[in-house]
Amino acid sequence: MMNADFFAALTLSLGHNAAVVVLGCAAFGLAAGLVGCFVLLRGRALIADVAAHATLPGVAAAFIGATALGLDPRNLWLLMAGGALSAALGALAVRAAAATRRVRDDAAMALVLSAGFGLGVVLMSVVQSLPTGGQAGLSHFILGQAAGLAEVEAQTLIGLALVASVIAVLLFNPLRVLCFDEAFAAASGLPVRALDLSLTALMLLVTVAGLRAVGLILVVALMVIPAVTARLLTERLSIMAPLAAALGAVSGWVGASFSAAAPGLPTGAVITVTACALFLIALTLSPTRGVVAAGLGRARMGYRIGRDHLLRGAWEELEQLRLGPDAPFATAAIAAAWGWSGPRSLIAVTALRAAGLVRPAHEPGFLRLTPAGIVAAQGVVRRHRVWELYLTRAGGVRAFAAHRGADLIEHTLPPDVEAEVEAWLASADPAIARLAVPPPVEGAPA
Amino acid sequence: MNNTAALPIPALSVRHLTVAYREAPVLWEVGWATPSSGLVAIVGPNGAGKSTLIKACLDLVPRLSGEVRIFGQPLAAVRRRVGYLPQRASVDWDFPATALDVVSMGRYPRAGWLRPLGRFQREAARAALAEVGLADFASRQIGQLSGGQQQRVFLARALALEADLYFMDEPFAGVDAATEKAIVTVLRRLADQGKAVIVVHHDLATAPHYFDHVLLLNLRAIASGPMSSAFTPDNLARAYGGRLSLLDQAVAAAAGAPGAAPRG
Repeated sequence: MMNADFFAALTLSLGHNAAVVVLGCAAFGLAAGLVGCFVLLRGRALIADVAAHATLPGVAAAFIGATALGLDPRNLWLLMAGGALSAALGALAVRAAAATRRVRDDAAMALVLSAGFGLGVVLMSVVQSLPTGGQAGLSHFILGQAAGLAEVEAQTLIGLALVASVIAVLLFNPLRVLCFDEAFAAASGLPVRALDLSLTALMLLVTVAGLRAVGLILVVALMVIPAVTARLLTERLSIMAPLAAALGAVSGWVGASFSAAAPGLPTGAVITVTACALFLIALTLSPTRGVVAAGLGRARMGYRIGRDHLLRGAWEELEQLRLGPDAPFATAAIAAAWGWSGPRSLIAVTALRAAGLVRPAHEPGFLRLTPAGIVAAQGVVRRHRVWELYLTRAGGVRAFAAHRGADLIEHTLPPDVEAEVEAWLASADPAIARLAVPPPVEGAPA
Repeated sequence: MNNTAALPIPALSVRHLTVAYREAPVLWEVGWATPSSGLVAIVGPNGAGKSTLIKACLDLVPRLSGEVRIFGQPLAAVRRRVGYLPQRASVDWDFPATALDVVSMGRYPRAGWLRPLGRFQREAARAALAEVGLADFASRQIGQLSGGQQQRVFLARALALEADLYFMDEPFAGVDAATEKAIVTVLRRLADQGKAVIVVHHDLATAPHYFDHVLLLNLRAIASGPMSSAFTPDNLARAYGGRLSLLDQAVAAAAGAPGAAPRG
């Protein structure tokens, strides 16, 4: 049963080897999430991807070289060393190409990425032709296959991930300052070059550690996705970093468990999809940066503006016609005054009816303010006109500009500012301040 | 301009400083010495090399030739006594940090980089933030601050360094009137404490009001000295190459201003 196997793997009870593999992937996710925060904030996400792709020729060359020298070509350390070397060369090549200023940065990265990967694929076909090469398992370095990991390989992964994590934690403050403000870091006496080099080394360490389990194509995903996810959820690096580490670890854990339950699934892809799922959840539900929060905020604002406009429009219409505040008014007149389309007008009226601020009059197409609506309209009109008075009398703004200014600000006027303006009016013109609704400013359009 | 042998030791002295980006020199044989304390402006047209001069003094850009002495010593020997305030636009303000986080960065050189800040250091960072009037914004994400507030956060981070010589790159660029006033107050207080502050400044009209000493720079050091003697129409015309149509007005306004005497 796939399901049962998945939960067994998830709870580390699918056998010793599977447990070690799951732990290895979780450790890798932890390190990648942590290091990824700095990689991302330093603007190195694409370089990391280039480096990851550039591991392939190194891995293949190490295999070929080891075969030629009569060494064990499947030695993981050897293959990782080869991958690290060519990845470092790839990163250097990007720098060198960009430094000539004949190639733009992005072009240089695309160039090295495809050149490195292409060269790797060519060397892989050489590997296939070697007597030791057939089914060499090197293809696992491309998409990752954690299920087939030997215990010692998984332990290596755990070890490297922990080393990377410890270094990242130790260098947390210098790296933070470097990522935020390199010039300040240098002026404060930080060895900026050495730090940058350590960050690159950390990135390479995580990359080669994850090669066998996650694969070179997707290894960068676990550096980028958890960090981006964590960024959506917090505004502080001291929370973002542990959060990204935790998200990476969970992605690794869950992804590896899936892969263990269904060995046909490439581990790297499953881990990446898991991380993406977590990202989508954060993107949707983040209280500050989430899509839902943004949509709700927009909807609330839209409702508030529509409500204020309709109430003030009704009040001013009735005022002009010298009718009482509970007299019927034409919806079409309000819609025309604010330039509302049919649907916009329908939404505003429906929302205000639901809120109990207006009710339909006997005449079709006419509405009346309810008692609650009258109170609300008084408040809205008063806020608008007090602000207009303030702008014209205290600010020396002309009437029309004051009207426009009041339009722009009245929906979002903070309560303390509103209180201040009211206090100003109470001392500047107590007679008007005592009125429930001050008269419109001379010259302002109704 | 190299008569710097007299005591007291200048906060900054520069000899034969030449800097070039690629082929074209940006600074050419600059020689300059500041007083040992007080507020010093570097004034000059766009592209005159003002920011580059600061960066060259701090070893942030390579020098082709020349010597920089800070309190009579090479930078490496007095690094702790030097503070730098970069241009506000040089960093990404969407960075995940609060105002207090950024100011705390100014404490690491003293507290040590490799461990978390202790209570004393955190209090010092808070005090620096309060000094620029942002005590209530300590836990605000820096991207949600106004431009003027961001500039004050940078100033607070510089204060947290507790340096004796500050280099500030356009702290008045694009700030509101309240922030400008707050910054000037802080600068005056630093000068009163006997510190030296070297500021890249753009506004000719306010320069004589805010600063005691001036360097007029345009590729070369055109003139330097106390505001009253160096900030003259002639020198300004040489620094700006007569390209400023409003120059006469600005100089006239500046000449009428109470140019403060150098301190210290």
